[in-house]
Amino acid sequence: MARKQTSTKSKASSGGKPNGTTVADKTSGKSGLELSNVCKGYGDEWAREEVLIDLSLSILPGELTAVVGPSGCGKSALVNLIAGFELPDSGEILIDGSPVTGPGKDRLVVFQESALVPWQTAYQNVVFGPKLRRDMSPAQIKEEADKLFETVGLVEFKDKYPLQLSGGMQRRAELARAMINQPKLMIMDEPFRGLDAMSRELMQEFFLRLFEKNRRTNLFVTSEIEEAIFLADRLVVLSNKPAHVRKVIDIKLERPRDFHMLSSTQAYEYKREAMEILHEEALKGFKSTDSQSDFVEAFSTQND
Amino acid sequence: MSDQAISSVEAGKAGEVRAAPKGIMLAWYRFKKSLATPDPYLMVFGIFLWLGTYYLLTEGWKVPRFEKIPGPVEVITEFFSRDPIWGTSLFTEDFHTNVYVSCQRILISFGLATGLGVPLGLFMGWSRKFKDYAFPILETLRPIPILAWVPLAIVMFSGFETPIIFLATLASFFVTTLNTLLGVESIDESYFRAAGCLGSKKHHVFWHVVVPGAMPFVFTGLQISIGVAWFSLVAAEMISGDFGLGYMIMDSYMVNKYVSMVMAMISLGFVGWITSAMVRWAGNRMMQWRVKALALEGR
Ligand SMILES: Nc1ncnc2c1ncn2[C@@H]1O[C@H](COP(=O)(O)OP(=O)(O)OP(=O)(O)O)[C@@H](O)[C@H]1O
Ligand SMILES: [Mg+2]
Repeated sequence: MARKQTSTKSKASSGGKPNGTTVADKTSGKSGLELSNVCKGYGDEWAREEVLIDLSLSILPGELTAVVGPSGCGKSALVNLIAGFELPDSGEILIDGSPVTGPGKDRLVVFQESALVPWQTAYQNVVFGPKLRRDMSPAQIKEEADKLFETVGLVEFKDKYPLQLSGGMQRRAELARAMINQPKLMIMDEPFRGLDAMSRELMQEFFLRLFEKNRRTNLFVTSEIEEAIFLADRLVVLSNKPAHVRKVIDIKLERPRDFHMLSSTQAYEYKREAMEILHEEALKGFKSTDSQSDFVEAFSTQND
Repeated sequence: MSDQAISSVEAGKAGEVRAAPKGIMLAWYRFKKSLATPDPYLMVFGIFLWLGTYYLLTEGWKVPRFEKIPGPVEVITEFFSRDPIWGTSLFTEDFHTNVYVSCQRILISFGLATGLGVPLGLFMGWSRKFKDYAFPILETLRPIPILAWVPLAIVMFSGFETPIIFLATLASFFVTTLNTLLGVESIDESYFRAAGCLGSKKHHVFWHVVVPGAMPFVFTGLQISIGVAWFSLVAAEMISGDFGLGYMIMDSYMVNKYVSMVMAMISLGFVGWITSAMVRWAGNRMMQWRVKALALEGR
């Protein structure tokens, strides 16, 4: 059912070219992603913990799909599966029609924790991928990197080591490192977590401009609903652990986006809808542990 | 007053423009800066306190049990004497030979241990299968005290030189291998993942993640391992040796030349200190990212 819908939509967006062939990939440079009935659990048989259950989701080429869900519901687990660091127990993950078997340069992950390697300078970190793969000429690499450092505002810091940079600077350097590879699918796991409100807003705006310029397929995991609504074309709300898709909301705010759109009634409706589901899921999470029933009671009476 | 303030501001500005000092000048700059901290004074005070106690125990009050030990005045005069009473000083040839031979042996043993131990540790950390093969043997051999190897070394190798080098190498090899292995295992999984995402092949991961990521542990290991190399070298030289500082200690003891014995001990202390400082220096040279980020400069 879901797959059918994807193929028709992506056909329309890639100009009628057959979906999933190399021709389409090369011309559009954007990937579609299809998850069907993905299950994943951790632990031994006697201490089994299911994290993802029957998760089906399709991500359309050129769209930004935001994923929100209660903390600890399995968002990072989902990212690991799509990135290919781990394999699903059952179900399928298809990128442009071919299954994911391991990490690859067509999918780039910006991690929840900073993963710049500390023994390379910011610049060396950014050019690491293209330099290894030798798919760009040295002059081209340098030009691209310089342009990116300009964009992320780190020109003076490019010869510093990551540990010498502030948290926000590290995040920006990491964005630059992901972008230089021009991935067909970019996966971002709470990339702005831990930034203060001001830099977070700046980063969101910065990231949004980049996305609107290139329109590379993006999966953006976050725990902030407003951030998700501000950035996304589609908002996927996950359930509590074990996670499955509770609802997919199409965000029909026009692009280019602007912060004041967040105060429109439309945006408010999206937020209310998502919050309702999340609240419900959060309560389930507390009930299932049973130990915090007092807290849950207090919380629900307060919110009624 | 205000003039002074202005000139100091100007001096500050001039200081910013001035190029960063290099080499000796940098060391001199650091030394001058350190004079403003209590560290050098405490160091000097510590040395004098130690020497004073040593002097009072031996030559000053001649405390029982310490009276037989040569005191600092006696040792130092003998050390710097061109015509030593006991036949050995900084200017005699046999002293030079002993220091030279020991240093040469350390160089060979430490070099061998590092050249074998670091790659072995890296491979063991990198390849699960290789670790499964190699680790049990390593873990069984490692706890055997180095002195227990002495007879075997003498049986296995002929002459003086090879058994001694074998023993020193063995001890330091185990330390280096284990620390390197721990170093690889300490590397955060996310760096491997990041490298994988960027399209690295296995050998890229080895050279760009495994090797640099293990470096901090490797150098901590090397500092311990050079200490262990000295320890086993001296033990081996004392048991079976023809030259070397360990031999000098044992030999002087046998013929009751206690002053020469203490001189050899002090020399060992100094040479050992210099070698570990050299290892530390090499480590800082190779890990500028760490030096800069953790502000370890000048240490
Ligand atoms: N490698 C693993 N082994 C065992 N359990 C794991 C593993 N990875 C994740 N889990 C479990 O899966 C669940 C979901 O973890 P995950 O990190 O995906 O959550 P998350 O939604 O990303 O949370 P957060 O919003 O806090 O980042 C957790 O309960 C965790 O205990
Ligand atoms: Mg997470």
